Amino acid sequence: MANVSLGQVNIPLKEVFKSLFGGNVSRETWDYIIINFRLPKAITAILVGIGLSISGLLMQTLFRNPLAGPYVLGLSSGSSLGVAFVILGAGVLPAVASQFLLSSYGIILASCLGSLMVLLLILIVSQRLRDTMSILIVGLMFSSFTSAIVSIFTYFSSAEQLQKYTFWSMGSIGNLSWQNIALLTISILIGLFISLLTLKPLDALLLGENYAKSMGLNIKKTRYLILFATSILAGSITAFAGPIAFIGLAVPHLAKLIFKTSNHKTLFFGTLLIGAIIMLFCDTVSQMPGFEFTLPINAITSIIGAPVVIWLIVRKKSI
Amino acid sequence: MSSNKVIVSTTNLSIGYHSKSHHNTIAENLNLSLESGKLIALVGANGIGKSTLLRTLTAIQKPLEGAIFLKEKNIHEYNSVELAQNLSLVLTEKLPPSNLTVFELIALGRQPYTNWLGKLSEDDYKKINNAITLTHVEHLIHKKHYEISDGQLQIVLIARALAQDTPLIILDEPTTHLDLPHKVSVFKLLKKLSKETNKCILFSTHDIDLAIQLSDEMIVMTEVTVVQDQPCNLITKGVFNKLFKDNAISFDGEKGKFVIN
Repeated sequence: MANVSLGQVNIPLKEVFKSLFGGNVSRETWDYIIINFRLPKAITAILVGIGLSISGLLMQTLFRNPLAGPYVLGLSSGSSLGVAFVILGAGVLPAVASQFLLSSYGIILASCLGSLMVLLLILIVSQRLRDTMSILIVGLMFSSFTSAIVSIFTYFSSAEQLQKYTFWSMGSIGNLSWQNIALLTISILIGLFISLLTLKPLDALLLGENYAKSMGLNIKKTRYLILFATSILAGSITAFAGPIAFIGLAVPHLAKLIFKTSNHKTLFFGTLLIGAIIMLFCDTVSQMPGFEFTLPINAITSIIGAPVVIWLIVRKKSI
Repeated sequence: MSSNKVIVSTTNLSIGYHSKSHHNTIAENLNLSLESGKLIALVGANGIGKSTLLRTLTAIQKPLEGAIFLKEKNIHEYNSVELAQNLSLVLTEKLPPSNLTVFELIALGRQPYTNWLGKLSEDDYKKINNAITLTHVEHLIHKKHYEISDGQLQIVLIARALAQDTPLIILDEPTTHLDLPHKVSVFKLLKKLSKETNKCILFSTHDIDLAIQLSDEMIVMTEVTVVQDQPCNLITKGVFNKLFKDNAISFDGEKGKFVIN
């Protein structure tokens, strides 16, 4: 509510309630702002926070790596690559195909495929490298590799395409129409539903893959489920809101810290809740009242997220 | 004490690795038989193939030839959940970092029996508490698994295997990294468990002296043969003398231990 109330135009909290619950608002513009800007933005923030945090939680257990997350392991860069391919490469393709690809569906699809591709590559590499540090380094390498390809794309594309891509890559949760929000909600719900199926296997994976196997876990199936869920979650969010840093990494840790457990049933709901709250908070900060401008959300999440991670590492020495 | 029945038997089992050009056979024609209520030690020099044998017996790796029967059914015909209800493992690998408490860790042993969300039933709680009582870890259950000592953790992992409630438990070098009193306490616990629960417990170890004193049977792997028998018979047959190629070490049959010449 506070999130909806604050922004470039200050709307009193009381009026927000009135508007949301069908009362008459004293100024019509306020109603308009709430319904068409503030509310969609708040809902997007909640969806993004939930989706990224849950995908981070799944990845941290799957890779047995506390530093895993959609951003750190290059998933978001993978999505960027997919989107860059679509936006910047659309001119090369026949008109019908590019029309489809440039629609929201096309961008979601490209983004999901991009993140899935990176995730698969990382998984293959992580089979060979047992060391968690090397997996992180490989993730970083993938990030720079994909950004290199993106920059090659940008070199060959028109100013108009470039502008479109740049806006997308800055990360924004404010530009979603109600239709897009519906699409995002469906993707996130599918992702969350698949994640629910992996909660028990994730608990088993806390003992490592060999123990999990000895307790009757079908590792391959679990791995595919987790991959699928994280790609949908991270991919669809990145498609709509751009690459958003650190939420996926930091929130599961906060949940683990607050709930002091590794039980994934508790963590799932804890992460869900904290993810939504933190993202709303970041969004509120980004549109601080009294300022004429709205900061890019990505900057805020990094400013808040990076110190959290550093603090975590310093505090526990080994997480 | 109920009678000892055969839990695992192997027929003409050959173990080793497939590679593109040739088979790398580590041991052939193994006809082992593991019975319930018995504590069986697997010994052999480093690199002789103990791990390969354990990996094959636990269906992680396929045999080159022959078959393994677990409760008279070929082990490769089990699906993963059925296998988990018949065979539990205690491994040497380090646990990944997590906030698991000792109780939660032991309770994970119930996974092959719980529903898709892993909800524990009353029966599950009974089995978990039984495992805790048998291994005397009551005082640890609320601690995090990284807060307890290596020796305690090993016992907790054994409790987890017990909670899995399988007729066969296989342990991979459960006493490495432990000091002598802890080694002895782990061995004694295994011995007690095999008697009280009538489970078949197979473990690999380098503590041959202790294994001779405490196990019911031993499987001795040398480069030439694999022999399964009671420890005293193995001593009379002089099997232990062939265990190590090194001439500086020999086995003293009267004392029942290795001596340095």
